[in-house]
Amino acid sequence: MSFLPYAVSAWLFLVGLAGVVRSRNLIHLVICLTVIQASTYVLLLAVGYKTGATAPVYADITPGRSVTDPVVATLTLTDVVVEATVVALLLALVVRAHRRFGTLDPDELHEMRG
Amino acid sequence: MSRTLRTAVFAVGGVGFAVLLLWGFGGLPDFGDFTGHYGLYLAHHAVPQRVATEAVGVTTFDYRGIDTLGEEFILFAAAVGVLALLRLQRGEEGASAEPARESPSTGHSETLRRTASALAAPCLVLGLYVVAHGHLTPGGGFQGGVVLMSALLLVFLAGARFRRRTKPLEAMELGEASGAAGFALIGLGGILFADAYLENFLPFGDFGQLVSGGVIPLDNLAVGVEVMGATLVVLGEFLDQRFLSGGDA
Repeated sequence: MSFLPYAVSAWLFLVGLAGVVRSRNLIHLVICLTVIQASTYVLLLAVGYKTGATAPVYADITPGRSVTDPVVATLTLTDVVVEATVVALLLALVVRAHRRFGTLDPDELHEMRG
Repeated sequence: MSRTLRTAVFAVGGVGFAVLLLWGFGGLPDFGDFTGHYGLYLAHHAVPQRVATEAVGVTTFDYRGIDTLGEEFILFAAAVGVLALLRLQRGEEGASAEPARESPSTGHSETLRRTASALAAPCLVLGLYVVAHGHLTPGGGFQGGVVLMSALLLVFLAGARFRRRTKPLEAMELGEASGAAGFALIGLGGILFADAYLENFLPFGDFGQLVSGGVIPLDNLAVGVEVMGATLVVLGEFLDQRFLSGGDA
């Protein structure tokens, strides 16, 4: 049971990767990449969790209560922001690829082949 | 490479990768059994040292403020990148393509207009609340900035009249830039009035008050404005500007 969050993280990473490999649509591919990134959120938050602990927000908890690690929560926040920017940039590239090649199928982008 | 071959290659690599990944995770501390001393130290000292109740916000904007500065400029650079990519494209297509792509705007739907008008004000208040209380309760500039962006998007959806005279996208670019600059300047204040970059230089105030935590609320505000500007600029570009500065009567 204690391994479950890590297993979920590994599953999200692999299933997202499989989606990227088998994608037939560039937008679908970008969304698969966000699934891969979701695995890092699960991993980070799972690493920082302590049994019986609550969120490190002291506005309404009793003093001395055990709290989860604020550093991994901060890292997850950074992760979310970076994901949002990566998705925005990739979607902009998708828009440009569609204008240039007239298709969203990665296999049809002939001119990009080396 | 055909799809079948590619899938087969991935199956082999994927299984190997899965084994390595699970092996690696096996070396992590058991779930619920974490003893990171840095996080523990920050969690225990955030309240007495910074007089702010949200340890994640304190870590983000104070203890690890330099990371957040970098993060903020990643967002800034990405928004500029999206602008460059999509505006370049518009330039290539020339002016002739513009009228051809005019289609009935969704802004003409009366239901959409009324719903958007009704939701805009509560959404704006919620966004301001989340930004302003970032040092007390979960939230802060990043989360609140996105809510503020939604509020402004609702205003544009509602087809407000002011958008013809003002130039919302230009204003948003200015907001994005000033938010990013604001955070960096608050950091400079740390050098001028305290000892180090991004160090707190304001009085901490009283525990649990809206004005407490030193510079953290100001940081939240700067980040909120930047996130709002950056996300609106990016969305505006994707919607090809017609949506934000569109010409419905």
